Amino acid sequence: MEAIYLKYSYDFRNYTTASQKRRVLYALEQLEFPSISVLQDRVLRDATLFGRLLQFLTIPVSEMFRDPAYFLALRRHVVPILHTYPSVKVWVAGCSTGEEVFSLAILLREEGLLERTQIYATDINPASLEKARQGIFPLEAIRGYTSNYQRAGGLSAFSDYYTAAYEAARFDPSLCADVIFADHSLATDSVFAETQLVSCRNVLIYFNRQLQDRALGLFHESLSHRGFLGLGSKESIDFSGYADRFDTHARAERIYRKVA
Amino acid sequence: MKRDSTRHRSFPLRRVEAVVLGASAGGIDALSAVLDGLPAGWRIPMAVVLHLPESHDSHLAEIFAQRLPIPVHEALDKMPLTDGCLYFAPPGYHLSIERGRRFSLSCEPPVLYSRPSIDVLMASAADAYGPSVAGFLMTGANEDGAEGLLCIHRAGGLTAVQDPKEALVSTMPLAAIARHTPDHVLPLRDLRTLLQQLEPVHAL
Ligand SMILES: C[S@@+](CC[C@H](N)C(=O)[O-])C[C@H]1O[C@@H](n2cnc3c(N)ncnc32)[C@H](O)[C@@H]1O
Repeated sequence: MEAIYLKYSYDFRNYTTASQKRRVLYALEQLEFPSISVLQDRVLRDATLFGRLLQFLTIPVSEMFRDPAYFLALRRHVVPILHTYPSVKVWVAGCSTGEEVFSLAILLREEGLLERTQIYATDINPASLEKARQGIFPLEAIRGYTSNYQRAGGLSAFSDYYTAAYEAARFDPSLCADVIFADHSLATDSVFAETQLVSCRNVLIYFNRQLQDRALGLFHESLSHRGFLGLGSKESIDFSGYADRFDTHARAERIYRKVA
Repeated sequence: MKRDSTRHRSFPLRRVEAVVLGASAGGIDALSAVLDGLPAGWRIPMAVVLHLPESHDSHLAEIFAQRLPIPVHEALDKMPLTDGCLYFAPPGYHLSIERGRRFSLSCEPPVLYSRPSIDVLMASAADAYGPSVAGFLMTGANEDGAEGLLCIHRAGGLTAVQDPKEALVSTMPLAAIARHTPDHVLPLRDLRTLLQQLEPVHAL
């Protein structure tokens, strides 16, 4: 990981060891390398191979309206406050292949906020970002997404938002007219904009506490006065150095508010 | 429940820092039987993976909190393991134990169709605790846990498997026994005795 950092500037040094070990062993098996040292050697000389390894290291899994209670809580308890702002900026950190971004865009459109919202969707995995930009998701997943959407308080028919073609659902491109997809690492980069809502779910779980604190520091710095931070349902700031820098806004859904 | 006084097995003294348990089909009852009668002053942290349907909130922690005299939690990311507490893996996430005696979660794809996976918990516990961990594997219809228990065995930890003859579904115990010779293959009530005779490791 040290060597990868020096060569490619991707910093995986402060990721949790248990999960990272599994990812590396799995990559070893899938890429058919006999040992970690052989893999390391090749990866450092072959950037394409590094790109493939990145797919294993980053865990690009996502779902639309994953954890519907979270989106319901945003709708009920955050949107009314966002409505009081003339314009809104939202940062989806670790957006992976874009499911969370499209979910948020749909929610904001239904709440009449999308037109004055700028969304920044960032990730370190360029292949994931490319998929996110396309907004095309496998049709077989749509059934699950539809039920998530309904449980998240969806106001329309989910099928209003996509057109089905072949095995895929292409989401309405106007949903992400104001989305900027960008490469950004929570481990090495700094804050780029002032935001009112940061949504970062299922990303900090891969970080050790030191790196979690770095990322939470970025979110704190980016958020405007009393801005919102949404984490995954099993993640908590209680075990971080930022526990007293945020108030709890929706406890079960892990939505926090920056302390003035 | 009436204590059975007819049989008092005793097992060799074994000191552990943590216990990890796994079960699938029939697992709630099996786990209840093993944890039944734990004393209020219990001092060893325990982590459990029970396979349940993913998309539903699990009430395991609440259910067991009512049954047991010890603190019971659903594990959160980076939560420290505290002496004497029982933790359940949250549905939809893998649960690992880090060397720093904290949990970490992950939403990697399911392992053997399971998320949380018993293999993931047990393998990480073997890395974190080496010989001072005990793994208990009980009833279930798949092979999750066999590999994890083998990791614990290789690390020098204690392995205990429910007697397949008694298990509601024997696939999981049988898979574990096919991989290595567990330290103990026992019916639930003896697993319970074994658990209660474990002693905490003292950090002196
Ligand atoms: C499991 S996905 C979460 C996707 C989405 N937020 C969700 O909850 O459905 C984790 C994402 O975090 C990204 N990630 C990992 N390390 C990162 C870092 N240092 N900075 C930004 N993103 C990172 C990965 O590339 C991956 O896409």
